[in-house]
Amino acid sequence: MLEHDSRLILLHPDDNVLICVSAIEAGDILPVSGGTIPAREGIAIGHKIARVALAQGDKVIKYGAPIGSMTAPVVAGQWVHMHNMKSDYISSHTRTALEQGA
Amino acid sequence: MIQGWLRSDGRKGIRNVVAVAYLVECAHHVARRIVDKADDPDVQLIGFPGCYPNAYAAKVMEAIATHPNVGGLVIVSLGCESFNREKLRAVVEASGRPAELLVIQEKGGTAATIAAGLEAVDRVRAQIASVERVPMGVEELVVATICGGSDGTSGITANPAVGRAFDRLVAEGAACIFEETGELVGCEKIMADRASTPELAAAIEACVQKAEAYYTVMGFGSFAPGNAEGGLTTQEEKSMGAYSKSGSSRIDGILKPGDIPPMGGLYLLDVVPDGEPRFGFPNISDNAEIVELIACGAHVTLFTTGRGSVVGSAISPVIKICANPETGRRLAADMDVNAGRILEGEATLDQVGQEIYDAILAVAAGERSLSEQLGHQEFILTYKAFDPIGPECLPMVARA
Repeated sequence: MLEHDSRLILLHPDDNVLICVSAIEAGDILPVSGGTIPAREGIAIGHKIARVALAQGDKVIKYGAPIGSMTAPVVAGQWVHMHNMKSDYISSHTRTALEQGA
Repeated sequence: MIQGWLRSDGRKGIRNVVAVAYLVECAHHVARRIVDKADDPDVQLIGFPGCYPNAYAAKVMEAIATHPNVGGLVIVSLGCESFNREKLRAVVEASGRPAELLVIQEKGGTAATIAAGLEAVDRVRAQIASVERVPMGVEELVVATICGGSDGTSGITANPAVGRAFDRLVAEGAACIFEETGELVGCEKIMADRASTPELAAAIEACVQKAEAYYTVMGFGSFAPGNAEGGLTTQEEKSMGAYSKSGSSRIDGILKPGDIPPMGGLYLLDVVPDGEPRFGFPNISDNAEIVELIACGAHVTLFTTGRGSVVGSAISPVIKICANPETGRRLAADMDVNAGRILEGEATLDQVGQEIYDAILAVAAGERSLSEQLGHQEFILTYKAFDPIGPECLPMVARA
């Protein structure tokens, strides 16, 4: 499990993601239970990072509430965003999708 | 100490504005010139651009023109638009306020109407200078909140801090309004659990379902492209962040634009039109919502932003609360409260909540918010259609 430090905050004890409050670069050392791991990718302020390993189809929990589902598995410490999770309500859209006329 | 301007309906204003209202886009330029030439921060432009009639626009315009922050009205009509100018004037006069009506086609065109309009503004200004000022308590305030230009920080700093301020205001008897059911899709069950009655709970869920259906027809949620870049991934994630502005008080009622809260408490403003989608997006930009909140009597609007909105509003001051510390530094001169300090370990949610509460009281007592100082007086009103709220929406009135 990813531990929260000064770069990360936990909004609710039930959450399975932490929120990045200062930028993390690829290779930065992240604290996990019983040790450390290098960050696989850069993560910007406000973005989510997996607190635990998540499987495809798992609910993503933030504020203690489900905010969508995983579309791909991640390990603790990975970035969670449009590329590996989706809304369970209205499909989100990105600027790229808009430009492509989606 | 707040000294409010006492109005005939018993409500009190924290400003004493002369509103200059155009009733169709064709009269916009003339009305704007009148306001520009008056060169007074308390002479402000409002208006409706459409030529075709709309009951919602008429209701909102009447509600704004009789808002406690408004002392009097100058109406600028082209002459052939369908907006009922005589009814608007009658409503404002019946409220005890001066109202002047200028019809461009009768006055002799652009220059003659601008000149007549400036004289009308002077007369109204002179009349409202003598409106009685009386002490005003926190429990007489109506405070609204909205978020715009949200990012991943909005829901973890500024919005929950506004929630703390709302909890205190509601406890002290003020009326607080949060909004945008389209931004609350995904948290309707949690919200319904806070309703004061089971009937209101069902109405809250129905509101959100209406919003979801409406936005689905539009092809989008209220989820703008800029949000994804700030770390928010889904509608429901943004919703939980937006929802945190409402604090944790009991929800006492549902309002629609132009409905005035009957007493203190926490209210949800339903901004999504009723019936089949007809006029496009419920609100085309943040200021359309701010106008609706003001139409419900809001004296002050708390605007939280992560990416950095700079807007203010005509009629009621906007207090900007910046969620993101980087944005807060870049746009420092636009941000009244810097909630981004929470992310940098320099302040707690409770401390920022207290700062927001203090800022509301200071602005209510006459201090100009930064958007007011910078001259922001945005106003936008467009077409919509609503059914009236049912008795389940205001249980305290139904009981009385």
